[in-house]
Amino acid sequence: MAIKAILSRPSSRWMDGSGPYADLIISSRIRLARNLAGWPFPSLLSPERRQEVAREINKAAHAEAAYAVAGELEMVMLDALSPVQRQILVEKHLISPQHAENEAEGAVILREDETISIMVNEEDHLRLQSFCPGLQLAECWRLANALDDALEQTLEFAFDERKGYLTACPTNVGTGLRASVMAHLPGLVHTRQARRILSALSQVGLAVRGIYGEGSEPVGNLFQISNQITLGRSEEDIIDNLAVVTRQIVDQETSAREVLQRETGPQLQDRVGRAYGLLTNAAVIGSEEALALLSDLRLGVDLALVKGIERRTINELMVAIQPAYLQEKAGRKMSPMERDVLRASVIRQRLQNKSGGVL
Amino acid sequence: MLCEECKERPATVHITTIIKNQKSQVNLCEECAREYQQHWGFGFQPDFSIPQFLAALLQHEAPEIPTGRQEGTGPGCRACGLTYDEFRRTGRLGCAQCYNYFGDRLEPLLHRVHGVSRHMGKVPRRAGGTLSTKREIEQLRAELEKLVASEEYEKAARVRDRIRELEKKVAGNTEK
Ligand SMILES: [Zn+2]
Ligand SMILES: [Zn+2]
Repeated sequence: MAIKAILSRPSSRWMDGSGPYADLIISSRIRLARNLAGWPFPSLLSPERRQEVAREINKAAHAEAAYAVAGELEMVMLDALSPVQRQILVEKHLISPQHAENEAEGAVILREDETISIMVNEEDHLRLQSFCPGLQLAECWRLANALDDALEQTLEFAFDERKGYLTACPTNVGTGLRASVMAHLPGLVHTRQARRILSALSQVGLAVRGIYGEGSEPVGNLFQISNQITLGRSEEDIIDNLAVVTRQIVDQETSAREVLQRETGPQLQDRVGRAYGLLTNAAVIGSEEALALLSDLRLGVDLALVKGIERRTINELMVAIQPAYLQEKAGRKMSPMERDVLRASVIRQRLQNKSGGVL
Repeated sequence: MLCEECKERPATVHITTIIKNQKSQVNLCEECAREYQQHWGFGFQPDFSIPQFLAALLQHEAPEIPTGRQEGTGPGCRACGLTYDEFRRTGRLGCAQCYNYFGDRLEPLLHRVHGVSRHMGKVPRRAGGTLSTKREIEQLRAELEKLVASEEYEKAARVRDRIRELEKKVAGNTEK
């Protein structure tokens, strides 16, 4: 059972820290929105018909053509999972928060290694997603495109020659494609360039989303960059545009890190050392603080200021310290304070038995 | 995704707030985000800059203010029943046919979001589409009858052209 494994481990194939530019670009994702021809979109379907849609899609996912591309896929009805388990799928980016909330007759089809996820009856009948580590948008697209072709041998998608693939929201119509990368950009944030550079992206049709806390900086210095325009351009153009811009951001981030190291070497070493000290000794820690410290530690790993810690360990911790994952691990609902205690102990264990240290 | 505040412009600013361990997200356009920030006063303020093509378009376009004549009271999509008013409220269409029924009114929105409104990407490999096209033709024929009955000849002519176009497509597909 793929779902059991997925819910019980913090790692996934696409967060293994490999791939081009893995030090700055954590992962790449392609999402294709599709609807079945002849059916109203999910929001107007009765529960019975939503179930029918799910059955149709599940059939297609298990047909020979899909198996040849994606191998074994497993469908899970969302109402068969607990709220905490659904939240884990959100924390792992396999389903959207909206999908987790409207669980009735919603489903998700997963591959065991978490590189493929198909949301069923979210806003559209299907949202096919593929994930790769590092900056590998073209590889992601190849997989998603092949699976789309395979599903299309069984299913008929709502398509119009002029408007392309028809989606519930007109902002997705056309290719139905949302390509995105998750980038770790502490250099740009610490040198106060993130705002200027990232806000300029909207001028080239890209959207940036960060996680903001009560403070003034994005949590964990993590940003998701994705295309905004889905109509009037080919999939290859959209993906190419994002890849080109991402490589420019990689260049800017790299030079920002060089500046930080050159101009503020001791402060940088101090920052990384303090993060390591806190993470390996704290007894109570909130998720926002932990993510911020993990960002500092990751920067230390990237710049070889820390030894004995792998990038994939940090990626795994980013999932393992999330509220739902912690509660599933504990096997019960926990208060925020209990979570903060468990979170601190999970981090200590993962980092201490790595026999790492600051150089 | 459309802006949750005005439901008019694309949401390009996604703000996740974590307050007392409760995560929530708002999806706003640049303009509404600016107001949101002034209201909530949080710190990280990107210099919102609207893509130039969007800005240019907005300048030349009168804001779309719903008028009672067209909105709400007007008939819904003939396939799924969704009214344009409901669409404006939720930002979600009800079915594939909505794109035909609300076609003219969606056009400015598609232009604002995408700059162009013609698909340039992938086409389903299966030459088919025949089944759904036939279904669509049936629905359009029913609409045509009603339009003729109510003497709305201009609209009827458009529907008739669309039926011809689809019939050609079906004929082309069966030849292959
Ligand atoms: Zn707005
Ligand atoms: Zn409709």
